[in-house]
Amino acid sequence: MKTYDIVIVGGGPAGLAAAVAAKEAGNDSILILERDHELGGILNQCIHNGFGLHTFKEELTGPEYAYRFIKQVLDLGIEYKLNTMVMDIAADKTVTAMNREDGMFQIPAKAVILAMGCRERPRGALNIPGYRPAGIFSAGTAQRLVNIEGYMPGREVVILGSGDIGLIMARRMTLEGAKVKVVAELLPYSGGLKRNIVQCLDDYGIPLKLSHTVVDIEGKEHVTAVTIAEVGPDRKPIPGTEERYTCDTLLLSCGLIPENELSRSAGVQMSPITSGPVVNESLETNIPGVFACGNVLHVHDLVDYVSEEAKRAGQNAVKYINDGCKNAEASDVIELVATEGARYTVPSTINKSRMDDLLTVRFRVGDVYKNSFVSVYFDDERVMHNEKRILAPGEMEQIILQKKKLDEYPNLKKITVKIEKE
Amino acid sequence: MLYDVIVIGAGVTGSAVARELSRYEANVCVLEKCEDVCEGTSKANSAIVHAGFDAAEGSLMAKLNVRGNEMMTDLARDLDIPFKRNGSLVVCIHKEALDGLKDLYNRGVANGVKDLKILSREEALEMEPNLSENVEGALWAPTGGIICPFELNIAMAENANMNGVDFRFNTEVEDIKKGEDGNWHLRTNNGEYVTRYVVNAAGVYADKIHNMVSADKMHIIERRGDYCLLDKTVGGHVTHTIFPQPTKLGKGVLVSPTIHGNLIVGPTAVDLENKEGNNTTAAGIDDLIAKAGDHVRNLPIRNVITSFAGLRAHEEHHEFIIKEVDDAPCFIDCAGIESPGLTSSPAIGEMVGNMMKDMMNLKPKANWISTRKGVKKTDGLSIEERNELIKQNPAYGTIICRCESITEGEILDAIHRPLGARSLDGVKRRTRAGMGRCQAGFCSPRTMEILHRELGIPYEKITKSGGNSNIVLERTKGEVSGS
Repeated sequence: MKTYDIVIVGGGPAGLAAAVAAKEAGNDSILILERDHELGGILNQCIHNGFGLHTFKEELTGPEYAYRFIKQVLDLGIEYKLNTMVMDIAADKTVTAMNREDGMFQIPAKAVILAMGCRERPRGALNIPGYRPAGIFSAGTAQRLVNIEGYMPGREVVILGSGDIGLIMARRMTLEGAKVKVVAELLPYSGGLKRNIVQCLDDYGIPLKLSHTVVDIEGKEHVTAVTIAEVGPDRKPIPGTEERYTCDTLLLSCGLIPENELSRSAGVQMSPITSGPVVNESLETNIPGVFACGNVLHVHDLVDYVSEEAKRAGQNAVKYINDGCKNAEASDVIELVATEGARYTVPSTINKSRMDDLLTVRFRVGDVYKNSFVSVYFDDERVMHNEKRILAPGEMEQIILQKKKLDEYPNLKKITVKIEKE
Repeated sequence: MLYDVIVIGAGVTGSAVARELSRYEANVCVLEKCEDVCEGTSKANSAIVHAGFDAAEGSLMAKLNVRGNEMMTDLARDLDIPFKRNGSLVVCIHKEALDGLKDLYNRGVANGVKDLKILSREEALEMEPNLSENVEGALWAPTGGIICPFELNIAMAENANMNGVDFRFNTEVEDIKKGEDGNWHLRTNNGEYVTRYVVNAAGVYADKIHNMVSADKMHIIERRGDYCLLDKTVGGHVTHTIFPQPTKLGKGVLVSPTIHGNLIVGPTAVDLENKEGNNTTAAGIDDLIAKAGDHVRNLPIRNVITSFAGLRAHEEHHEFIIKEVDDAPCFIDCAGIESPGLTSSPAIGEMVGNMMKDMMNLKPKANWISTRKGVKKTDGLSIEERNELIKQNPAYGTIICRCESITEGEILDAIHRPLGARSLDGVKRRTRAGMGRCQAGFCSPRTMEILHRELGIPYEKITKSGGNSNIVLERTKGEVSGS
């Protein structure tokens, strides 16, 4: 088997953007490994519009957005293998993969870019009581059945969880003639983007019931009804608040989980908050030369940010190889800490010597905050204080750090991001 | 056609009986109301091969448990069933209950269980470091084991089928009458079946079937048990099967590795009068989680990947009823087959086989096939072995279920074999595709495509597990044909 400098695991938006950036940064030895039968990843089933406003300043559908990058990959002559499953990534960056034509093969890579994306939390992980009939789908599986396979799962739908895919599928099922009766969300706020609640629920008169969950699923062979109930502050159902909906389909949109089984077995250090790798300013994991980007790193809500992040991973992989695959100097490591409302930051450390002039730090908040401030402290000194009308867990936030600003603090050890009332 | 024997039910009991009967020159047919084998109690249980110390001394349950346990090593080898004697520990967490442990030891010895030993707190913790802080002692049974219940059931049925036993699925027995010809006439939703002998292996429905022919009425209580199955990342939390001390409701909530490397926690015990009541309840799952922590520390219950419930076919005397019905000659009950039914099933088969050989004067088949190969597994194969397989059949190069690393080759094998899979659950139980942490979210559409292609089943007719459990309803608007 041919060897490559850079192996990219996953040919979705993250993998594609990383590949293009790596090629443009001057590396000609790149291979993308994709498990599906085409490039583009989950975007291929996201046939709605709203993609690309940041990147291309226009509204594209998912497949259109993906194609912008696929075309660059093709034009640049970047190699890829489809229908190929990566079976293992070793700590020494040997990638083991398999497909029908090549069989099982190993590629010793100089750099590996993790771009495997995420998966949906299934019913089982939610402990929803009731029967286990047909008619229960994660929203993304239903999206694939409807948009790719061309089949309707059912006609009367209840949705649990207000993640973006669930909201999008509420609209999609409605447009296909199904009746979406209710969207129930366990938390007192939605997990999805505000624009999706307006455009996918409000515009179609679909009720969103916050602080509600499914307490029973009826139907021995196929779903016949679902009962939801209001939950208290402890998130336990409140007796007497049950409402029963007859339906044939229950969709679940209850969170996304970065798909890091390969990362873990390679020995990549993981964050318990994001379920993604812990990375430094170069999006490099604790294993030198192993980079991560996109939803495998942390779950994004806009693909534009995925592309931007992946571009940096691709560029940094090339830089790592051009520098002779050496470890960065660890003498000037600055720690990034999320606290008081901020749940995590990506990255979580900065090697100042390798930092670009501007560094985007992304994070999410753990609750809804109104008229608050995103504050950044350099050690104990507050250096940023940005007022925000609203902050919500469903919307990713960012701050931009300037290298020249950091240079003003030569002994800086810790940068803290927090949410403050004033 | 006149059958010599009709077995009602293709669970683990019916399939074990069918396999034993397949040794002889006889026309045997198994009638199953569901679309596949292993659809009732056999599919939703603890997946444990019990040592045999629990059942009452001198009971048939004790005898068949110990015999079934003994038989399992050879059977697993012959029929290619994943099985491991990981050993079990009954853990005592109250000093005053240590006598109970001794009683259990004595009962086990009387039942013929080998190598039992009472362990001190220190010995128990050394063997199983994640036991509760409160452990006072434990009963160690090295013969206890873990098995794949699906594979045990499927393997025995497949082997019976290879040896000429008919299986009729989606065939529910509605009534049984003794005909003037002296034979049993079974009315089903698929027409009438006539047979000289009937074996009732209908699980929770065994009372209903029994009561069709006997004035001596039987009553099976459905005793529901909720379970949680945990991710493989925490499958090593304990390495032995950990039981609490038994109570009158059963063996209590166990924590055990499964043969496939998950961790299983359960069951609860709630008595019902509902033969289809295998729904989980919030109260049941809460109860389970509360109890499971008593004997094992830091139980990683947050790593649950699925929860499910099974129904034990509990007969009020808590004893297996395996005999010819007094007022219905040539009708044999295998009823009240609750735990340790899975363990006992090969012994039940053997007992019923021997009984019927004598009753019917059956002659052994000359060409009986004693072994069966399971679906060829690829997990754990070396690169060279994989490539050899892929060269022979490229389908082994395509992963369909990423969580469990199941290839298309394995799914094709599961479909194209005796009593092959016809539904998503059928594929799942034969290959584990869809049994991993994403619970089939990724592989369902792909498995549907394979079922459609291989069996010519239209998409709308592909089911999760037969009946009305179709996955999709109809084409989307854009696909209306003829326009």
